[in-house]
Amino acid sequence: MAELAKSLYLPKSATIRKVIPMTESEKFYQLGFDDGSELGHQPGQFVEVSLYGVGECPISISSSPTAKGFDLCVRKVGRVTEAMHQLKEGSKVGIRGPFGKGFPAEALKGKDLLFIGGGIGMVPLRSFINYSIDRRKDYGRIILLYGSRTPKELFNFPEFEDWKAGKKDVELSLSVDRGDDKWKGNVGVITTLIPPLKLDLEKTFAIVCGPPIMYKFVLLALEGKNFKDDHIYLSLERRMKCGVGKCGHCQIHGYYCCQDGPVFHYPLIKNIKEAL
Amino acid sequence: MIIEKKLLKQDSVEKLFAKLKADGRRILAPKAQGDEIFFEQVASASEMAKDYIQTTLSPKGAVFPRVEALFRYQMEGKDVKIENNSEPQPTVIFGLRPCDAASFAILNSVFSWDYQDSQFKSRLAQTAAITVSCSRADEYCFCTSVGGSPGDTKGSDILLTRIGSGDYLAEILTEKGKAMVTLAPELFAEAPSEDKEKYLAKVPVKFDLKKLTEKLPEAFNNNELWMEQSLRCLGCGACAFVCPACVCFDIQDESKRESGVRLRCWDSCGFSLFTAHTSGHNPRPVQSQRWRQRVMHKFSYFNDRQKYLGCVGCGRCSRKCPADMNLLEHLKAIAEAR
Repeated sequence: MAELAKSLYLPKSATIRKVIPMTESEKFYQLGFDDGSELGHQPGQFVEVSLYGVGECPISISSSPTAKGFDLCVRKVGRVTEAMHQLKEGSKVGIRGPFGKGFPAEALKGKDLLFIGGGIGMVPLRSFINYSIDRRKDYGRIILLYGSRTPKELFNFPEFEDWKAGKKDVELSLSVDRGDDKWKGNVGVITTLIPPLKLDLEKTFAIVCGPPIMYKFVLLALEGKNFKDDHIYLSLERRMKCGVGKCGHCQIHGYYCCQDGPVFHYPLIKNIKEAL
Repeated sequence: MIIEKKLLKQDSVEKLFAKLKADGRRILAPKAQGDEIFFEQVASASEMAKDYIQTTLSPKGAVFPRVEALFRYQMEGKDVKIENNSEPQPTVIFGLRPCDAASFAILNSVFSWDYQDSQFKSRLAQTAAITVSCSRADEYCFCTSVGGSPGDTKGSDILLTRIGSGDYLAEILTEKGKAMVTLAPELFAEAPSEDKEKYLAKVPVKFDLKKLTEKLPEAFNNNELWMEQSLRCLGCGACAFVCPACVCFDIQDESKRESGVRLRCWDSCGFSLFTAHTSGHNPRPVQSQRWRQRVMHKFSYFNDRQKYLGCVGCGRCSRKCPADMNLLEHLKAIAEAR
């Protein structure tokens, strides 16, 4: 057997440095590799998280590569993620990756970025948002539309208060499907935030991540806004098992979501029925 | 490319086995278990199944086991100690058919198209194939429709063809093949001037592969076609498990207290859970989409990316389908559709 150091399936040890509860079902983790190395990812890529004895699952990277260490935000929904929610600061996990194709951060230099995030779809978007904030001069406007079902389900990322206060030059609009007593903002699905936007269509690129149903309606709303297909990027979710384009679980037509995605240029997948 | 041709006497197979074993190699050969035939480790040539058109499973497991450890681990407090896998044992597969021999290149194309899978590749490097060409075929065989033939040399290190005397005409095809001959040069006599073709089964071409691959991209959106073809499909995955070219796998942990193993296990795109997300969302929620994936992957996507077909025409999927689905019939229908 070849040296394990070369094995594609061997995770690297990382320690949870901080756990921040986000919502009832989501926790935010700051991690770092035990050997002191950095993940070296691109915004929009993902990792395979290992809990020995439980299993492995794909989780998108939430932090910008401009920051030290890396962040994950994990929803408690299956076996591995439920076990992950039991872990405390100082606990260790295994990490493989980063994998896949992230957001086209280079190609979008000088452009206006329209981020559209629904629910946990906000997690990978945060990686590129923070990246563009850290390289603010490289990008035009940073517009973020962020929606969740209820105000309680909005993620309170460490920098979220700054964005809400209009700092960091982020144009943030929030919407919730159902408000509560304290909620004073927009109520309605995220697509209701799209028509009022004043955009330079030549210069603006939409970067979308959310639940499957959201894509359908966001794409319709963008079309209604005369958005060109090639100005849209989508981050898709699939059941990536190996992360290295072998196991077949994440195939979308002829593409491996773990290699050719998870971020896809919309024209590439527009006519593939199974993709969206 | 044939390095040389030799004659291997029928009673020399046993002696060849002895030499290969003395060299530290394990020999996998077809062995009967009731009505089924599997590749298993044999000590003597006499243990081998005598008369078979095709084995139940291909020898795929020699290079890509049904279940294998990716690594073992031991928890030590907060830390984890990872244990190395041992070196794979040098292995000779004897008695596989030319279609099975051709499948190794297909598997390799997936395990090495981008990231290199060292575990697979080291097993493959340690494996040699002594193939026996087909003197008989059945109605399920369609190797000639997908680029193979009953006497095809692709993927074999030595190809044996049984000639009239009962002895084998041996085509030494690779350096690995040559190395095996070198272990027992006295067993390989000068080859007679016989043409192997007359001893080979006749497998007629059953569909036009070019037409099939041209039509598939458009057939993707033909929901009725996939619905009709898959109506009988139970989603049992048997077709994938008997397929020599299916390569999809799952990764699972098995643990006992502080220690455990991460396993790689064969999987099938025909299973409803194959693409299911933990959230409940499933990109391929119905069986017709899974059947479409199986056909499209093997005959279209594979072709585009890996430059191989994901099928060698062995016919096992149709022989073993509990609902009597016949891949060949479905491919013919697509290729001949107007």
